[in-house]
Amino acid sequence: MANMSNMSERAGGSLTAWALREGFYAGAVSLGLFVLFVGLETTQNIRNELVLNRRLGLLGIFVIVAAVGRFLTVAYLRPWAAARKAAAAAKPAEGEEGFSKRNFSKIAIVFLLLYPLIAISIFGVQGSLKWVDNLGIQILIYVMLAWGLNIVVGLAGLLDLGYVAFYAVGAYSYALLSQHFGLSFWVLLPLAGILAAFWGMILGFPVLRLKGDYLAIVTLAFGEIIRLVLINWTEVTKGTFGVSGIPKVSVFGIWSFDVSAANNFAKAFGLPMSSAYYKIFLFYLILALALLTAYVTIRLRRMPIGRTWEAMREDEIACRSLGINTVTTKLTAFSIGAMFGGFAGSFFAVRQGFVSPESFVFLESAIILAIVVLGGMGSLVGIAVAAVVMIGGTELLREMQFLKRVFGPDFTPELYRMLIFGLAMVVVMVWKPRGFVGSREPTAFLRERKVVSGSFTKEGHG
Amino acid sequence: MEYFIQQLVNGLTLGSIYSLIAIGYTMVYGIIGMINFAHGDIFMLGGFAALITFLMLTSVFVGLPVVILVLIMIAAAMLTASLWNWTIEKVAYRPLRGSFRLAPLITAIGMSIAISNFIQVTQGPRNKPIPPLVSSVYNIFGIAISLKQLIIMLLTVILLATFWYIVNKTSLGRAQRATEQDRKMAALLGIDVDRTISVTFIMGAGLAAVAGTMYLMYYGVTVFTDGFIPGVKAFTAAVLGGIGSLPGAVLGGLLIGLIESLWSAYFTIDYKDVATFSILAIVLIFKPSGILGRPEVEKV
Repeated sequence: MANMSNMSERAGGSLTAWALREGFYAGAVSLGLFVLFVGLETTQNIRNELVLNRRLGLLGIFVIVAAVGRFLTVAYLRPWAAARKAAAAAKPAEGEEGFSKRNFSKIAIVFLLLYPLIAISIFGVQGSLKWVDNLGIQILIYVMLAWGLNIVVGLAGLLDLGYVAFYAVGAYSYALLSQHFGLSFWVLLPLAGILAAFWGMILGFPVLRLKGDYLAIVTLAFGEIIRLVLINWTEVTKGTFGVSGIPKVSVFGIWSFDVSAANNFAKAFGLPMSSAYYKIFLFYLILALALLTAYVTIRLRRMPIGRTWEAMREDEIACRSLGINTVTTKLTAFSIGAMFGGFAGSFFAVRQGFVSPESFVFLESAIILAIVVLGGMGSLVGIAVAAVVMIGGTELLREMQFLKRVFGPDFTPELYRMLIFGLAMVVVMVWKPRGFVGSREPTAFLRERKVVSGSFTKEGHG
Repeated sequence: MEYFIQQLVNGLTLGSIYSLIAIGYTMVYGIIGMINFAHGDIFMLGGFAALITFLMLTSVFVGLPVVILVLIMIAAAMLTASLWNWTIEKVAYRPLRGSFRLAPLITAIGMSIAISNFIQVTQGPRNKPIPPLVSSVYNIFGIAISLKQLIIMLLTVILLATFWYIVNKTSLGRAQRATEQDRKMAALLGIDVDRTISVTFIMGAGLAAVAGTMYLMYYGVTVFTDGFIPGVKAFTAAVLGGIGSLPGAVLGGLLIGLIESLWSAYFTIDYKDVATFSILAIVLIFKPSGILGRPEVEKV
């Protein structure tokens, strides 16, 4: 704000002078920030001692980029953005939304149903693998996890930093029970969900009295405890080696995807052998699971329990004085959210064929929570968009081989994946603090359903 | 008995480091009510700054006295980490002040991911070992106390005393406490709230950088992921002591350090972090606002 008022005072020619000064400061600060970390590199020499390499050229590039970037932002970008904002405010708001905006979710679902077919027709059966598996399934897993967490954070307003624990419970339930008891995926999927929901309740009980950040740290601690137990309880979980050789899922027991099986899917239909069919089946499976999550969420929001969640998010004290039992409300939110985490976990185990504690670190919880918040808490479409942008964007980075031509053959884009992910979280949040979809549709309304801005709905304190 | 006291000393050393980090968490939480998730990575960044300064100094001036070496390392780490925390606050947290509660938490997590990966990209993913700077060990009544441990505890006491003085006796500290109690009222009374918050971030980063330097000296190795676990434990310490309370952060840090080393000494080392987190959960169940935290009274 201070900068804005400053700017209007310094209109005209002195704006450039001011921008130059800002640019100079930015350069000086970035020199201080990067001089040790970019200007010098610690590497091991042949005798395994640490030595320093000088990279002054790179440091220079960093400083110049920061200074020039700041100069351009202050001198050109900001006045331009301010002018655009003023122009937008002067223009009356458009009443009708376009066709594609109104039917966005329907179009998206149809596109997702056709997605594997489109991938096959463009890239061929074998070529579609990458697009269906690495991109499609990966994004949908996060969409499902984020929709599950949305029940806890977005609807009930309980800040959960350890959601990945339930994902782990689901994954290990399937991995261990299928290996030791030979049960099929279709039996274990509901069982994994129930077990995860049960763990959700176990976590829920002790944290009932906690609020806000205390709740956040205890859920984080719970997530870490589950992970550490998975690492250390080697007799059961095989520790850091993980559980491998997890059986594949079959098409409801009718066709199998095992190559040796008599009822192999490809053999049954006389198709050439390829792992792509299995991946496409998995794609539809996770799509169905994700849509189930969305459907349940939408239905629950209209049921008394969903309304109680949202009421508790808005004001817990008011809730209690109206006679709502906050204990059961919180516990149902935790356990239903956890149940979807468990479903996603058992899907994850079946897709990877291998689970290890490495997959259930805090970073995963943070990514899922980030997707929920970036999407605009409580908005299913927004969360899906956020998952596509954040996960799809970083997955695509693996594919950007042309960057090698720009930055030289030593450049590996994968290395920068998480760095860019972290920075993207900051940029998106600063740019749209209310998430991609900042408006809410109330479930309870008088006469007419009006969309309210997200800034009118309060976030939870619980 | 001697074994017990030995473990007590180890625990207090570790606890001192946690306390210094925890103060940064608790101060930032007290003044703007957000969990600065990137604080653990600022601690790691401080360690790396100290490591690089050490390598720079030893390659240019051979045979520099250890005292001067360590002091320069600490100074460089404090400067760098403070500059980083100041910039992060300005870029990632200040635009979201007054926004809803989860927004700065998400940018903080984003910054934490970005910082640790920035170090991975620029400095490489491998462990960075450092030769021992001070290695003498004293034997007092059968208890081995290394000079490193003494330095760490002494430095922590000095820093905490300085810090206590700043917060309680100077006008800057008064401004900080006023901002903590009521930001709007403090602004009305002529306190530059933005500057006070910036200074809080700088002070927190300074303490974390000292902790990072000492962690590097104590364990003799650092790596880009080192920010997470000590960061989470320090945050646990802050919550355990009652977040927002400075003596609470110190007490919580010492307790976490003691729990960790006593558990590893008497039970199994594998489950030491499980023990820490479980004790946190148990304490919070019975005392939901921490040991020294004042329970929030909600007014309708």
